[in-house]
Amino acid sequence: MAEQKQPRKLCIIASKGSLDMAYPPLILANGGRMSGIETHIFFTFWGLDIITKKKNKGLNVAVIGNPNMHPMFHIPSIIGVIPFMSAAATWMMNREMAKLDFPPVDEFVQTLVDSGAHLYACKQSVDMFKLKLEDFVDGSKILGVMEFLEIAEGAQIIFV
Amino acid sequence: MADVLATVKFDAEGYMEDASAWNEKVAEAIAVREGLKLTDRHWVVIKYCRDTFTKTGEAPTLRNITKNTDVQTKELYELFPGGPGKMAAKVSGLKKPTGCL
Repeated sequence: MAEQKQPRKLCIIASKGSLDMAYPPLILANGGRMSGIETHIFFTFWGLDIITKKKNKGLNVAVIGNPNMHPMFHIPSIIGVIPFMSAAATWMMNREMAKLDFPPVDEFVQTLVDSGAHLYACKQSVDMFKLKLEDFVDGSKILGVMEFLEIAEGAQIIFV
Repeated sequence: MADVLATVKFDAEGYMEDASAWNEKVAEAIAVREGLKLTDRHWVVIKYCRDTFTKTGEAPTLRNITKNTDVQTKELYELFPGGPGKMAAKVSGLKKPTGCL
């Protein structure tokens, strides 16, 4: 008898809340759901912004201390201190993502909820930022790290 | 049902090798093989997939399905519990989608 294969499970930890770092966990999670894989995302620290209703429409790209910007548009730190440079980079990234038909972050999060992905706000971070369950996208839950690790048992874990 | 699929070529993962060999009977048979019972709502998705393939040569992204038909994300996942990204293309006789959405 062939060994019974465990169904695949994906657990993603999203720890960053800048626009460029919000997309990777969302895209991975969405890919998981599209392939029928059980998917959980644990939003911790700045990552909480991705599911915070008041914030996830306005995530920004940081230009200072970001060595990975496009060579053509690379903004040296000394220029980055000029007001609106971050806004310009954010605008540019939003435009490029829209060209590829990627939804804005808030819409992407809603798609994930509808697809049956599980979204969790890290309890420690929620307390630290003095937030409540109502502050998060409908369908998300507040979860402690021990409970998350119980869910993550046997899963593939990705830290972003 | 098995007779319908006997003449159709599949790759190792169960996607049809030749999209032009697809017809509605083949779709029904693939669905049975994958444990699906096709309804009118499945056909809305399948027809959109076929139309997109005719126009672009590729399976549509799920985002395109939900934008251009009245099937929304929640329903799409209910229709294809094994993962609509793979299942919709499979039943529509198309190759595994390469898009990320």
